[in-house]
Amino acid sequence: MSLIRTENITKSYSDKTVIEDINIHVDKGEIVSLLGVSGSGKTTLFHVIAGLSKPDSGCVLLGDEDVTNKPGKIAYMLQKDLLMQHKKVIDNVSLPLVLGGMSKAEARAKADPLFAEFGIDGSQMKYPSQLSGGMRQRAALLRTYLASNGTALLDEPFSALDTITKSSIHKWYLDIMEKIQLATLFVTHDIDEAILLSDRIYILQGQPGKIGEEIVIKEKKPRAEDFSLSSEFLEYKKRIMSML
Amino acid sequence: MKRKSQNITNKLPAAIALLAILVFWQLAAMSGIVPHYMLPSPVAVFGAFVANFSNIMANSVFTLQETFFGLLLGILLSFITATVMDRFDILNKAFSPLIIITQTIPTIAIAPILVLWFGYGMAPKIVLVILTTYFPITIGLLGGYKSVDQESIDLMRAMGASRVDIFRHLKFPQALPQFFSGLKVAASYAVVGAVVAEWLGGFSGLGVMMTRMQKAYAFDAMFAIIIFIVVISLLLLLLVHVVSRAVMPWQQARIIEREK
Repeated sequence: MSLIRTENITKSYSDKTVIEDINIHVDKGEIVSLLGVSGSGKTTLFHVIAGLSKPDSGCVLLGDEDVTNKPGKIAYMLQKDLLMQHKKVIDNVSLPLVLGGMSKAEARAKADPLFAEFGIDGSQMKYPSQLSGGMRQRAALLRTYLASNGTALLDEPFSALDTITKSSIHKWYLDIMEKIQLATLFVTHDIDEAILLSDRIYILQGQPGKIGEEIVIKEKKPRAEDFSLSSEFLEYKKRIMSML
Repeated sequence: MKRKSQNITNKLPAAIALLAILVFWQLAAMSGIVPHYMLPSPVAVFGAFVANFSNIMANSVFTLQETFFGLLLGILLSFITATVMDRFDILNKAFSPLIIITQTIPTIAIAPILVLWFGYGMAPKIVLVILTTYFPITIGLLGGYKSVDQESIDLMRAMGASRVDIFRHLKFPQALPQFFSGLKVAASYAVVGAVVAEWLGGFSGLGVMMTRMQKAYAFDAMFAIIIFIVVISLLLLLLVHVVSRAVMPWQQARIIEREK
């Protein structure tokens, strides 16, 4: 059974339909990308799935629970790390636990061992301004993980990083996803990133945005170092480019 | 270590300028260009300060109490109104023009009316301090609340945060830097506000003492009180600064990071 499933979601803002009839699903432990040009309604769709806004029609299911317009069920990570400047990194990361009713000390104790796993050990008691962009993004992903019940939405999480940081964080991301088995819906406009990280790719096209095509990346995981240089990779890329 | 020595070099020009003005003032007074009764020399002012020390201290207890309670109540009132106005946009629209009007009320004109309403005790002085401090703190807080970006709020909501959670974990702490900027302005007005109120009626306080000295043509003592008020205001500003550092340790971390 799918973890996240959307059924016929349509959403418009002031008479303009932004997304229409969206049916997508994410299964357990899967990384699914949503690829589309700017303005194709990716963020609108994410707001609906995260429960932040109500669709005009259709519904969002988490397992078999209807979570339409119910925030706090599916973890959401945005493009900016949005770590709060006034909280130490550990308190930022464990904030979802505190919001869930845990005491600060308990939440810290639960978050602390995960810092090593996410490659940011030693940054617990620092402030976000003392971390590099890549490290902040890792911290934001750790926070998303702690907010999640096995499912997460990532909205272009790495697009603000420079190319070198980005390629190292991709590798790290695939490693960490193997470990934590988070079912992830991942928005990107970077085709390479989508092919490299995903099990499946949905292409969001047109105005209003509709799901045009679904591509399954058959390459096994963990992916080989040189996957992004292989001919299969290029084949996928050609196919996607012809669609966009 | 390096930061500390840099700090001293940064402050050196101001110290030298201040000293130069004092020396110039003293020389001008000694040379007789400016008659003594019009402008007493710094040495004479210092002498008057020593001579009136116990009197100044006794009176400043009142002024400081008025300042303290006025500032405290001003902060409380600002916090309540700014928070409620931020929560209910309609109230923000209704009352923000009124808040600006409170700032344009001339203090000197309103002080006698306050004395009429609240008597000669501390109450009218405290009310005046509240009036002068309310505006900068409220504007600071309102601006601070507004500076929180929508994405951060969305993120908190996506984590299942309630309105109170969002206020406690996001809005309030993020408004603190602007709150403290407002408080600094307010603190620098507060002592003066209390003194002005005392001019216009009362039995004790630095303002009352000033009017008495003025009537006795004891200008050196008046200057001593003025300078003492300046010193108190500066100390109050320093206190706000120290508190703001203690309350917002992350700001310090940011500054150090920038200097690297």
